[in-house]
Formats: sequence, C-alpha cells, structure tokens
Amino acid sequence: MAEADERTFLGLSDVSISEDIPVEGEITVPMSSHSQDDDYSTLDEPVKETIIRDLKAVGKKFVHVMYPKKSNALLRDWDLWGPLVLCVSLALMLQGGSVDSKEDGGPQFAEVFVIVWFGAVVITLNSKLLGGTISFFQSLCVLGYCVLPLTVGMLVCRLVLLASMGPINFLIRFIVVIAMFAWSTLASTAFLADSQPPNRKALAVYPIFLFYFVISWMILTFTPH
Amino acid sequence: MATVDDLKFAEFGDSANLLPVPGDDTTVTIEDPGQKPPASRGLPRGAGREEDEELLGNSDSDKTELLAGQKKSSPFWTFEYYQTFFDVDTYQVFDRIKGSMLPIPGRNFVRLYIRSNPDLYGPFWICATLVFAIAISGNFSNFLIHLGDKTFHYVPEFRKVSIAATAIYAYAWLVPLGLWGFLLWRNSKVMSIVSYSFLEIVCVYGYSLFVYIPTAILWIIPQKAVRWVLVMVALGLSGSVLVMTFWPAVRDDNRRVAVATIVTIVLLHTLLSVGCLAYFFDAPELDYAPTLSPAPPLKQATTMVKAI
Repeated sequence: MAEADERTFLGLSDVSISEDIPVEGEITVPMSSHSQDDDYSTLDEPVKETIIRDLKAVGKKFVHVMYPKKSNALLRDWDLWGPLVLCVSLALMLQGGSVDSKEDGGPQFAEVFVIVWFGAVVITLNSKLLGGTISFFQSLCVLGYCVLPLTVGMLVCRLVLLASMGPINFLIRFIVVIAMFAWSTLASTAFLADSQPPNRKALAVYPIFLFYFVISWMILTFTPH
Repeated sequence: MATVDDLKFAEFGDSANLLPVPGDDTTVTIEDPGQKPPASRGLPRGAGREEDEELLGNSDSDKTELLAGQKKSSPFWTFEYYQTFFDVDTYQVFDRIKGSMLPIPGRNFVRLYIRSNPDLYGPFWICATLVFAIAISGNFSNFLIHLGDKTFHYVPEFRKVSIAATAIYAYAWLVPLGLWGFLLWRNSKVMSIVSYSFLEIVCVYGYSLFVYIPTAILWIIPQKAVRWVLVMVALGLSGSVLVMTFWPAVRDDNRRVAVATIVTIVLLHTLLSVGCLAYFFDAPELDYAPTLSPAPPLKQATTMVKAI
C-alpha cells in the first residue's frame, strides 16, 4: 500500500524548485486602471454634477423615509446632509414665536439644534450600550432623516396658522402633528429595530418615541406673536 | 481485612425520616441566593427572621462582590465597561419599576430586584421622562387654568425644561453620591452587614422617581385637594421603598444617626415633589374665570361718573 502511494506521488518531487532559482514575475490587477480613471473623473467633473449627485442621494433617502420599507439604502450609505438641512429648517420655522415678549417663549434656534442633535446622539449611545449592532453614524443618519415628516408637519402648521386662530385651527394642527409623529416613529423603528437584540427592543424604541414626542410638542405649542 | 461489602455505603433510608418533625422550627434552605426562606414570606418583620434575611443578603453580597469583580473587568476607558451597566432585558426593567411602586414590608428593593446587576438605563430614562412630563404637564395645566382669561397670552415656557432637568438630574445623582459617601463613612466606624455600592443607590433613587411620572400627568387636574392627595400617595409609595431599602444599612448605627438619616432621605424626597408642584403648576384657586373680566369695574366707574 505504501509503495503504491509512493509511486503516485513520485512525479511530484520533480516539480519542486531548487532554492537558488529566484521566483519572479509580474502581477497585474485588472481593475487598477479603472479606479484611477474614477478618481480622475470625479476630480475633474463640473461642480454642478457633484452637487446634483449628492442632492440625488439625499432625495432618494427622503423618499425612503416617506415610504418606509425595509430597505438598506438609508443604512448603507449614510450621510448627515439631510439631517442638517432638516434640523436647520425646523429650527428656523420654530422662530418667530413670542420672541420679543418678556415671558419665556418658545425654544431658541440653538435649543432646537441641541435637542435634535444631542437627543440623537444619546439615543444612538443608548442603543449601542444595550447591545445594538448598528454603527454610530448610521443611527444618527436614520434618526435625523426621520425628522422629515415632522418638518413637513411644521410647515403645514405654519400655513394653517396664517388663518384665524380658534379651536378648529388647533384641532387641525393637533391631528396633523399626531399623524406626523406616528409616521416618524414608525419609520425610524422600521429601520432601527432590527439591529437590536430581541429581548431589548422595547428598551431601545422607547427613547426614540420620547425624542419625537418632544419635537412634536415643540411644534404643537408654537404660537406666533 | 475489610471486604468490599463492608466498605459499601450503607443506606440509611430517606433523610427526611431522620430529621425531627419540623413543627414550628424555621428551616432555612440556602439553595438559591435570591430565594427567600418560606417561613419569612409575608410575615411582619421580626428580629429573628430579619437576621436570616440579612445573612442571606450577606452571602448574596459576598457572591455579588465576586461576581461584580468578574463582570466589570474591562478598564473604564473602554466601551465594554459601560455596556455592563446596560445589561438588562425589557422584563427586568418592568419588574424593577413595579417593585419601586409597591413597597412590601420585608422586601428589600436592592436585594430582590437589583441583585448585583445595577443598571443605568432605568435611572437615566426615567429622569428624562420625568423632566418632560413635569414641564409639559405644567405648561398644559397652566393653559387650562387660564383658558377663559383674555389677558393671558399662552407661551410654551421652554426655559422651564432646562430648570426641571437640572433639578431632577441633580437630585437623582448628587443625593445618592452624598448618601453613599455618608454610608461609607459610617461603615468605617460601625461594621454594618448591609452595604450598597454607589450604582445600586443611584438605581434605587432612579426607579423610585418613576411614580412621579403618572403623578405629574394627573397634576393637570386643577383641584388643589386632588393635587395634595396625589403628593401624599406618591410620597408614601416611593418614600417607603426608600426607607425600607436604607433602614437595614443604618440600623446598626447610633440610634439618632440612623433616624436622622432616614428623616433626611424622606425630607429631600418631599422637597423635590412639593417644589416641582409649586414651581411648575400654577395654583388653581385663583379664579381666572371670564366673570372676573374688567367689565364690572368699568360699569362702576361709569355709574360713579354719572353720580357726580
């Protein structure tokens, strides 16, 4: 038996290369020239194209938030441009309340900014500490983008407030804000809940609920002077 | 020479037959550190049973010290170190919340629910919820009270959120710090059986604040009597949980020091709730109904002018 094995492997001993012959050659990576082309082209393209490409990415994510399905596009290529634009527009629209009166008015611009960003950071830290598998910036991205329904709600509220004040006015605003709050919470839960360990999902979702509730309260109690 | 049969272990029958009939004796079974001996369950605190409970608590604390050392072994600058403080499941958080609202004599909140797994999730998020609950309820209650008043202009009063946050987070973190330092100092003088770590005290205080969340929401009702009844009920529930948690820790000390500590704990708790009620919620007894609008004084003024 052993002799048969020896004979089978006999020819292989000739294949070995002796030590004094150096092994050399050329290795070409077929994609290298293509990637060089890519860098070259994005550096050289007109600014309008770069901006439009980024805007398209942001717009695509807006669409994903408004029709939340379990797609990975929001999570995979995260960016923080959308949340920044939303936060700034929300903070701007919340101005113009009773700012010049002596009593305590609505939230200042900086307060809205701090609440949105600090709140998002705290929620992300909370979900990571509970054992979530999502990355820090992905979670920030999702939470920021899901402020979009509430920003739309704020816009609607400001338009409704141009009409006369009264209980019907308040009722319309109330319904709109409640609907947008539910939309935001459901959208962000749809994206974030899967990354949590199953026996702690409620613990991770509750702070998101509180976050959007506070933003909704700020929108609902906005009274122009 | 001993045969194999001689060396065989002789059966003595059922071990239960050998023990005397239990009768009134307290049989303490120490199988599970968290399990209480069946005799002491539901009975009022007597001295003997308390000692058993404390001994169980003691062995529990020995084991917990070992376990704590094994668990928190990461250095404090790594993320994993802080993850050990969030090692709770949903049902555990609910259990702890329930335990903080139902004071049952003889049940120590720390021993029963926390059991060497103090978490920071509960204290942090309960405090955050309480801050917003108080600010929003106060704002809404003021809105309802001044509803018919033409001179009142509604403002969201957003400043009060930061004031509420400062007050509640200071209470939930500085008071446990002071209490822990005080207990540490007294423990160096008096060897007490029960001692709590800083995080366990923070946990107890955090969970004991939970009962104020529904209380704050119910404070919207603009009746003074209702509000004070709510204060009493909330204070009774959470205050008694605190007292029952800390009484075993100070009991062995000088009588006056122990009583003073417990009174201070209850007093600070009262101060927080009454202070929140006074600052965030306007008094409802002032009549802001539309009948007190400026119309009657104007009428009087015109009649006076006519008289002249």
